[in-house]
Amino acid sequence: MSASSLPAIVAADPILEGELLWTPLLIVLAKVVVIFVVGLVGTMFMVWFERKIVAGMQNRVGPNKAGPFGILQTLADGIKLFFKEDLLPAQADKWVFRLAPFLAFVPAFLVWSIIPLGGDFSDGQDGTVVWFGETTRVQLADPPIGILLFLALSSIAVYGIMLAGWSSGSKYPLLGSVRASAQMISYEAALGLSLAAVLLSAGTLSTAGIVIAQPTLGDWHIVATGFVPFVIFLIAATAELNRPPFDLVEAEQELVGGFNTEYSSIRFALFFLAEFMNTITMSGIIVTLFLGGPQPISIGDTTLDIPLLPGAIEGTVWFLLKVLVFLYAYVWFRATLPRLRYDQLMDLGWKVLIPVALGWFLLLAAIRVGQDADWNIGVVVGVSLAVIAVGYLLFVWALRTSSGLRDRGEVSA
Amino acid sequence: MELLVFVLASAMVIAGAGGVILSRNPVHAALGLVLTLFGVAVHFVALEAHFLAAVQVIVYAGAIVVLFLFVIMLLGVDRAENIEVEPLKVQRPLAIVIGVGTIGIVAAAVLRVRSTLAQGEPLQSDGDSNIRQLAADLFSDRVFAFELTSVLLIVAVAGTVVMTRRQRASREDDRS
Repeated sequence: MSASSLPAIVAADPILEGELLWTPLLIVLAKVVVIFVVGLVGTMFMVWFERKIVAGMQNRVGPNKAGPFGILQTLADGIKLFFKEDLLPAQADKWVFRLAPFLAFVPAFLVWSIIPLGGDFSDGQDGTVVWFGETTRVQLADPPIGILLFLALSSIAVYGIMLAGWSSGSKYPLLGSVRASAQMISYEAALGLSLAAVLLSAGTLSTAGIVIAQPTLGDWHIVATGFVPFVIFLIAATAELNRPPFDLVEAEQELVGGFNTEYSSIRFALFFLAEFMNTITMSGIIVTLFLGGPQPISIGDTTLDIPLLPGAIEGTVWFLLKVLVFLYAYVWFRATLPRLRYDQLMDLGWKVLIPVALGWFLLLAAIRVGQDADWNIGVVVGVSLAVIAVGYLLFVWALRTSSGLRDRGEVSA
Repeated sequence: MELLVFVLASAMVIAGAGGVILSRNPVHAALGLVLTLFGVAVHFVALEAHFLAAVQVIVYAGAIVVLFLFVIMLLGVDRAENIEVEPLKVQRPLAIVIGVGTIGIVAAAVLRVRSTLAQGEPLQSDGDSNIRQLAADLFSDRVFAFELTSVLLIVAVAGTVVMTRRQRASREDDRS
């Protein structure tokens, strides 16, 4: 085996196939730098955006001193944080305490690399662009496992929060991190199940492939998978992000600040960055999975075309517009919804989201099999619904029995 | 290039494994285990088993070791244990015998089959062929083994719930 086996290992991005030349290498390096910078600037923007919108919803002005509309406020805060003293608690596990912020920060950035950020997908094109004579995609990597990489990274991010709380050697952070890990593991199941519905419809794991599979509005997975997986994914994603109304991890009134209480200066800044970064990347993932990523809105044969823009840039514009909708929605959630109680959180995750996601996935799979085998679709749907109804009744029965036992005190909870 | 990846990943695996055994703090040991699992995932990627690599990270690193850590934190055993106390006397000699035996068997197996390993180019495949082959295998030839495994897991969960839920009567006995 020689260097020729490298391309197959690294990625399915067409630019990395064939021999290793200077132009592709430079393009990839440029992409890395651009994605890093865009990520950081996007995070800065998100912090400002959130503060401004929340202020507006609460009849305040919000940041307005640094720069026009206060847009440089985040930069000022960042500089201030970087020059603060970096404290290391006496009780802390020093090595893990230093490691934890990076475990939170690095996965947040890596998710960016698999999101298709642009490219011309209209009229059945596959979204590749030609830069300096090289065919490539407007995304850093398109690995064969695609969207699974996102799941893997989000499960690594749990470590950052968990270890941060544990290594601080103090009670509130520990409580915050135990809550966080329980919450993130619980909702990861619902997240994965609703994701499976999308994969079933797209038939591929690759993020670029998922975008290619949604050319018109009717093919967007939000429609093609019947809206339910989208709602479940959105709720589970909000819980994964530890954002309100699921921010029990850092419930200020109960836990001071949660897992990051003992952190200061640049380490705290890394957690803060990771959190907002995750909000942006998660919006990007939702857009990619359910709303066609950089695909323009098109119904049937008519495509809503932005005039005067070449296809590839238009893709980026569409992507940004769709992401902005979700960023606004996340801020909106924060400004309007009260925080859940812990038992409500667990009930919602385990007793509502997971069963619904599972049932819906069964239904979609049955319809898919029925289509492949050319069965009568009405019978397939009827039988599936009957099975789901029986499952639901059994489930309700089990819940009744257990809560009845608990009420009568026959078992300890 | 392949050699470099192999050496680095193996170094990760060995360093992690050493960390699991040598660190006195259970949390550090669990982190060592994560490092090992990552190294194995890199090996999987180098062998073009992308799906296995992803599942390795998602399931083992993302769920199982997180649960280990969870238990360590909840039970508060995150400090060095006194290893002078020995509840089972045979444990240590037995561990040495089994450890050496396993190394012997693995080494013998590797030496035996080294010459018979298939030579030649790997299968050319598109991104999703990995997962297709796995799925076709799991849900056709090995469907019974697959379903039995899931039954086993359900039994384990149900058993745990039954055993941890104490009846009220026995609880009052405890109190008296």
